Amino acid sequence: MTKNNSAGAIKPNSVGLVASQTAYFDAPLLLKSGEILSQFHLVYETYGTLNADKSNAVIICHALSGNHHVAGKYTEIDKNAGWWDNLIGPNNRTESNNPLDTDKPLDTNKFFVIGLNNLGGCHGSSGPSSVDAATGKPFGANFPIVTVEDWVNSQARLLDYLGIKTLAAVIGGSLGGMQALQWTIAYPERVKHALVIASAPNLTAQNIAFNEVARQAIMTDPEFYAGDYYAHNTVPKRGLRIARMLGHITYLSDDAMGEKFGRKLKDTLKYGFDVEFEMESYLRYQGDKFAGEFDANTYLRMTRALDYYDPALEYGGDLSAALKNVKAQFLVLSFTSDWRFSPARSREIVKALLDTELTVSYAEVTAAHGHDAFLMPDAHYHAILRAYLQKIEI
Amino acid sequence: MVNITKNNVNITNFDLKYRQDFAIIAGWISFGSKVLDLGCGDGTLLQFLRSSLETKGYGVEKDDANWLACLKNGTNVIQMDLEAGLSGFENQSFDTVILSQTLQAMHNTEEIVQEMLRVGREIIVTFPNFGYWRNRMQITNGSMPVSKTLPYQWYDTPNVHLCTINDFDQFCKNHKITVIERKVITEGQEVSFMPNLLGNLAMYRLKAS
Repeated sequence: MTKNNSAGAIKPNSVGLVASQTAYFDAPLLLKSGEILSQFHLVYETYGTLNADKSNAVIICHALSGNHHVAGKYTEIDKNAGWWDNLIGPNNRTESNNPLDTDKPLDTNKFFVIGLNNLGGCHGSSGPSSVDAATGKPFGANFPIVTVEDWVNSQARLLDYLGIKTLAAVIGGSLGGMQALQWTIAYPERVKHALVIASAPNLTAQNIAFNEVARQAIMTDPEFYAGDYYAHNTVPKRGLRIARMLGHITYLSDDAMGEKFGRKLKDTLKYGFDVEFEMESYLRYQGDKFAGEFDANTYLRMTRALDYYDPALEYGGDLSAALKNVKAQFLVLSFTSDWRFSPARSREIVKALLDTELTVSYAEVTAAHGHDAFLMPDAHYHAILRAYLQKIEI
Repeated sequence: MVNITKNNVNITNFDLKYRQDFAIIAGWISFGSKVLDLGCGDGTLLQFLRSSLETKGYGVEKDDANWLACLKNGTNVIQMDLEAGLSGFENQSFDTVILSQTLQAMHNTEEIVQEMLRVGREIIVTFPNFGYWRNRMQITNGSMPVSKTLPYQWYDTPNVHLCTINDFDQFCKNHKITVIERKVITEGQEVSFMPNLLGNLAMYRLKAS
């Protein structure tokens, strides 16, 4: 998914310079697969200050390729801020005519915001590329399959570690929205509000199919070595690149692509197979960039976690039954042009919440950017988030 | 006028002279019941019902600005198009489903009323009475009616299914809908004599037969 570029000086509405921290856990974590992680660590960042009651914590759950660096910059010369920087910052009500300087929806003067890298990730938390203490080598293919349920359980451990009992809110888009939903199911007493954005109660067959193509691209890359490419000092870049290119196609809408690239050429027709269309150029750039910085084993696990999540499964497909103990209040949002996690999928969540007589508001935000819209600072979308978050009592 | 000062109601924000329809609706809803308001606008009616009768429930609204106004005033609001039906709501899951001054703008008129009867144990439908004498006068004078209740020009109106009280009575009969109660008001006053001629706003409390 696209990152927001905001190079330049730190703005007053930014969380400013941030640093990550690591929490180590020695108590074993039983995973949904039945495997046990005897110990693990999670890398996280926080923005704002935890209040005396510890009642103002908000956790941001990341999607497929996200991480703990949600907002702010590590150094003043960083080109990119965190992946959801446009959501989070102190509301100082600074007078400005520049929309980029306006207050952000999630106010760090009010909330204590936590971003973390999920288990199995490749940005500092325990994952396939981290070193197994037992062998002194990267886990590689031996790192267990982790699920949305496992992530939420590990996030609950992080809350315990931080001394936080209850979340004022859990926020997530896409795969992050699944975690937000799972939080309310697994820990009904620990979540006051859930913001489930551009998400779904499970993946459609079409979505699983996209994930399978992405995985096949990675796993059939000769450099994959059954997941133990670290030992061969290589990475399956070609596979990862194709996986990411496919992903990017599905995150955008046909209209957004048409508007951004259309049939624009870089130069003239060359009657060959080099990059000729702007669209190709964009995809190759995104693919190369991603393949250079993301771990293939992590990508496999993140897509699998998406495939597996289905809280209604053990209730015979009845999502309302799966939500019967939920207590949180919900804001569910979808985007009109999102075909990867379509509004119809969000409406399934809403219907189950209505059946359970839970407090819920739902909006279908008119947006052209497809699934990626949840990361964009659309004025109406942000007005909704701002209004909802302002009303949360801490 | 319906007495709604019981239950320590705060009605200071509501001008009941012009919201007599709210007072009548409140009289048809019991304390603490579960209400669904279709086309709820900025949520004023639901706010009123919450504060006067401690109702719970949801509004349905399509317009972005109205939807956001609901969110801001604490009304649970679902953004959807009523023309698509109420498939997001279970059978008989609400005590009362309200369609306030929206029926005339619906394309799928029969479907929405049937859907309301499916979802609600009772339903309330209100609409501007096209048979109101002032409307008839304007037509007699050769023009489509334009008034405070029907403020649109013929070429720029959301109202596609205007009807009279007689028409709606017949509609209920044809569709086997029981009229529990009917009230007709003009300028905040109840009208009992020749309602189809003298009534401006028609209000029906209905249930399936």
